[in-house]
Amino acid sequence: MAKITYITHDNKTHTVDVQNGLTVMEGAVQNDIPGIDADCGGGMACATCHVYVKEEWFNKLPTKEDGEEDMLDMAFEPKKNSRLSCQLTVSDELDGLIVNIPSKQG
Amino acid sequence: MNKTDALIIGAGPTGLFTAHQLKLIGLDCEIVDNLDKIGGQCIELYPDKPIYDIPAVPECTGEELTNNLINQIKPFDIKFHLSERVEEVKKDKNNWVVKTSKGKTFLTPNVIIAGGVGSFEPRKFAPKECEKFENKYLFYSVKDRKLFQKKTISIFGGGDSALDWAVELSKTSKVNLIHRRDDFRGAQATVNKVKELEKSGKIKIFTKFQLNKVNGSNQLDSIDIKSDDGEIKNLKTDYLLGFFGLIMQLGPIANWGLNIDKKTIEVDTEKFETNQKGIYAIGDICTYPGKLKLILSGFHEGALAARACFKLARPNEKYRFEFTTTSSNLLKRLGKKSD
Repeated sequence: MAKITYITHDNKTHTVDVQNGLTVMEGAVQNDIPGIDADCGGGMACATCHVYVKEEWFNKLPTKEDGEEDMLDMAFEPKKNSRLSCQLTVSDELDGLIVNIPSKQG
Repeated sequence: MNKTDALIIGAGPTGLFTAHQLKLIGLDCEIVDNLDKIGGQCIELYPDKPIYDIPAVPECTGEELTNNLINQIKPFDIKFHLSERVEEVKKDKNNWVVKTSKGKTFLTPNVIIAGGVGSFEPRKFAPKECEKFENKYLFYSVKDRKLFQKKTISIFGGGDSALDWAVELSKTSKVNLIHRRDDFRGAQATVNKVKELEKSGKIKIFTKFQLNKVNGSNQLDSIDIKSDDGEIKNLKTDYLLGFFGLIMQLGPIANWGLNIDKKTIEVDTEKFETNQKGIYAIGDICTYPGKLKLILSGFHEGALAARACFKLARPNEKYRFEFTTTSSNLLKRLGKKSD
């Protein structure tokens, strides 16, 4: 179990408990947090679960797999700290993770 | 005006199998899809990814599934209208009048929305002021390349479309190629070609840059690109091209008076009808208690919606349930000889 904080583009903070094994994307979808569309359902095929990871967390996350950077090319306003939240699997180590959701996904 | 018993919006797996079901029970149907090819998400998003949960098919890719479904409807004459988006659906007595982006009109008692997560649209540039230049100086596809002759074109993107057009347009225009990172995901041969053209001065490449601003009052004058480190460069540009792939958007469906909940359409589970009589929603785009977003659910939903269509398309006939194993009617429609 990890506490994950999602900050939507209007600066609202949503902190929820997400079970280990779920992805950061699933944590948002199951808790009705707006701004993560996840159109493809976690297949790394659409870039609509794009988030910005707080700097202090970015290097602690598992590294990007092949294909994630390619999908990020298509995301809305990608930055250095961009990740696809469907590729971030929640574990105890991610307790306290903070992600920002972009102003839109498309 | 095209008259048909049912119009299907969406040529993904759900739409294709529903066409099969409609034709099998003796109804006409036509299919409209905004993509330029048949197959929907299966073809556009994951043609090579294996799928393991199609009943009786232990493993197949999105492309194989699509090809099998196309084979399954081969006995029937089904008209496809590709690269066309349905814009408007309006009531006319017992029928719906449906208009597409290419100006086609359909008259039908039944509209089946099998639209997945919506229609595929090009992903656009982030800066807001880009909109006013769209389709004049800024494009997301190339329709008339003559426009670009002897001009300066700035192309954004790192995939095959961006690279192919950079190579192609560099023959007759000055080309800037801008991408957010050093790696290009296009075919290696094209990447090499682009790098050669950079050496010979035909293409200028700017990596780790993204579009920051477009400048010009009526006509596009220049663009500002910004690097990861905040460095800004101004590039004189006549035309701007963006190739960031496609995104699914609900689009005009939102304006048809349907009950929509979080980008999905509410339906009953008997006919998969929406709150509008004669408009059905099936597959990923529909929602009801217990809905599963699986391809197999779309097949079931389509089969039931097709039977509901029969009532409205043939109000004076009674629908009779039959099996393909035994019915000479159905076998005839499938082009098979009955024993």
